[in-house]
Amino acid sequence: METFRAAVLAEWTKLRTIRSTVWTLLFYVAATMAVTVLAGLFVGGNYAKMSAADKAALDPISIGFTGTRFGVLALVVFGVLAMSSEFSSGAIRTFLVAVPRRGVFYAAKLLAASLVTLAVCAATVLVSFCVTQALLGEAGVSLTDQGAARAVVCGVLYAVLLLLFSMGLAALLRSAALTIGILLPLFFMVSGILLSLPGTRSVAQFLPDAAGGVAMDGKPMDGLLLTPLTGMAVLVAWAAAAVAAGYLALRRRDA
Amino acid sequence: MIEVQSLTKRFGRTVAVNELSFGVRPGRVTGFLGPNGAGKSTTIRAMLGLDRPDSGRVLIDGRRYGEIAFPLRTVGALLDARSMHGGRSIRGHLLALAQSNRIPGRRVAEVLEIVGLDQAAGKRAKGLSLGMAQRAGIAAALLGDPEILLLDEPVNGLDPEGIRWIRGLMRQLAAEGRTVLVSSHLMSEMAQTADHLVVIGQGSLLADSSVDDFVAANAQSYVLVRTPHPDQLSQALSAAGIEVTVAPDGALHVAGSTSAAVGELAASHGLTVYEISSQVPSLEEAFMRLTADAVEYRANAEV
Repeated sequence: METFRAAVLAEWTKLRTIRSTVWTLLFYVAATMAVTVLAGLFVGGNYAKMSAADKAALDPISIGFTGTRFGVLALVVFGVLAMSSEFSSGAIRTFLVAVPRRGVFYAAKLLAASLVTLAVCAATVLVSFCVTQALLGEAGVSLTDQGAARAVVCGVLYAVLLLLFSMGLAALLRSAALTIGILLPLFFMVSGILLSLPGTRSVAQFLPDAAGGVAMDGKPMDGLLLTPLTGMAVLVAWAAAAVAAGYLALRRRDA
Repeated sequence: MIEVQSLTKRFGRTVAVNELSFGVRPGRVTGFLGPNGAGKSTTIRAMLGLDRPDSGRVLIDGRRYGEIAFPLRTVGALLDARSMHGGRSIRGHLLALAQSNRIPGRRVAEVLEIVGLDQAAGKRAKGLSLGMAQRAGIAAALLGDPEILLLDEPVNGLDPEGIRWIRGLMRQLAAEGRTVLVSSHLMSEMAQTADHLVVIGQGSLLADSSVDDFVAANAQSYVLVRTPHPDQLSQALSAAGIEVTVAPDGALHVAGSTSAAVGELAASHGLTVYEISSQVPSLEEAFMRLTADAVEYRANAEV
């Protein structure tokens, strides 16, 4: 336990002493807030002109996470760089000599990055949700409304779990370019496109970001099997599988 | 005290280290020598738990490396210079290492001063020259004030002043009673630093002895003679039962004799001699002779 605490502190120092941490997290906050404000202004401005049916179909809770869904891409980059830059620079050898138990090393790295992400995301997700609702005007909901608080908590977990998924995959693949090359198109385009097509939706809902995304909807999308609870469970399973695969790779291979 | 016990490591079909056993004792500098590709780095990496041996083990004061709770306080290691994150400052790198092993943060400034990088502490790794990166790596090795130091090719990239410094540092660390293992493929380098030699070739142990014993066992001394009458002198020497060979430059190498005896013999035959000297074999020659059969890559290998 003593070795684990020391390793977590070291991982925190490692995170704060590279610039990519500051830049990716700043970009995360800026991108999330920018998309939040745009989405809120756009929907809020058009709300009065909408038909009654469109108004009824509008999901203000889901709109409150437009920024979060976009900003998480920066977190993916943050997580992948925190993991794979260690391999590519050779720093992994120095730090595995310092912390030879690879499980301790790996868990400390995941925990430090998760705690940083949790702190940044808790504030960003909450603020962006409230800003959206304010900009939605009469269409907006309050945190005390049905499902809103749950969705905000899930929005924060969504970010942390996608971070863990990305870090696990980065530990498995070791290459930042390869990992980011797989994850960004997947999260940015593929899952969105597959989810919007009724024919592929039944499968696409189980992709990590799509499954977790269900928990940020106020009104369920047609043709989905997943509920907020099972959607989060699927995302947890993805994150756990990636983390486990990364661990096995780290334990088996020579550093 | 480090004990390497029957260590074997394969990479695919290549046997990098083969049933290697030796011990490294405290209080002296042990040179770990071998041609490139002999398995030195693999052995050092196995000592540190970075490479998993296929069989055998390495014990550090009776324990496996992975069993030591805060290993930097026991073992300091210098691996290749490319072992820092390019975007992190030297200070940040050392601070994280210190924290991981519960070493007080003030130790970072101390080791930076020891290696002469106190002015460069804020520099990021990718802006460092090879020599500075090497010093930063040595600072990391010294961080935990360890009893055991493993230095893999520490003189790489150092300028002459840096090489003098690292030699002095290794001697000082050994004089303080620490265990110092330093690998090199340059015998001449070890000649000036090491007290004891462990020589490997193609992953197997070739020698484990003091520097003097190593030379005595592996390099014959001889008498070098330059004369305008090599054929006549050769005949005279052979007639006296003394072994002689002709070097490529025309000089005679006389084995198993002394300068005095060769001089007397030449004089008794009335032969002119330009030069006659007793040649003490160098460590380099001893090394070349020993590893001649174990060199993996040769410049004149068939294509």
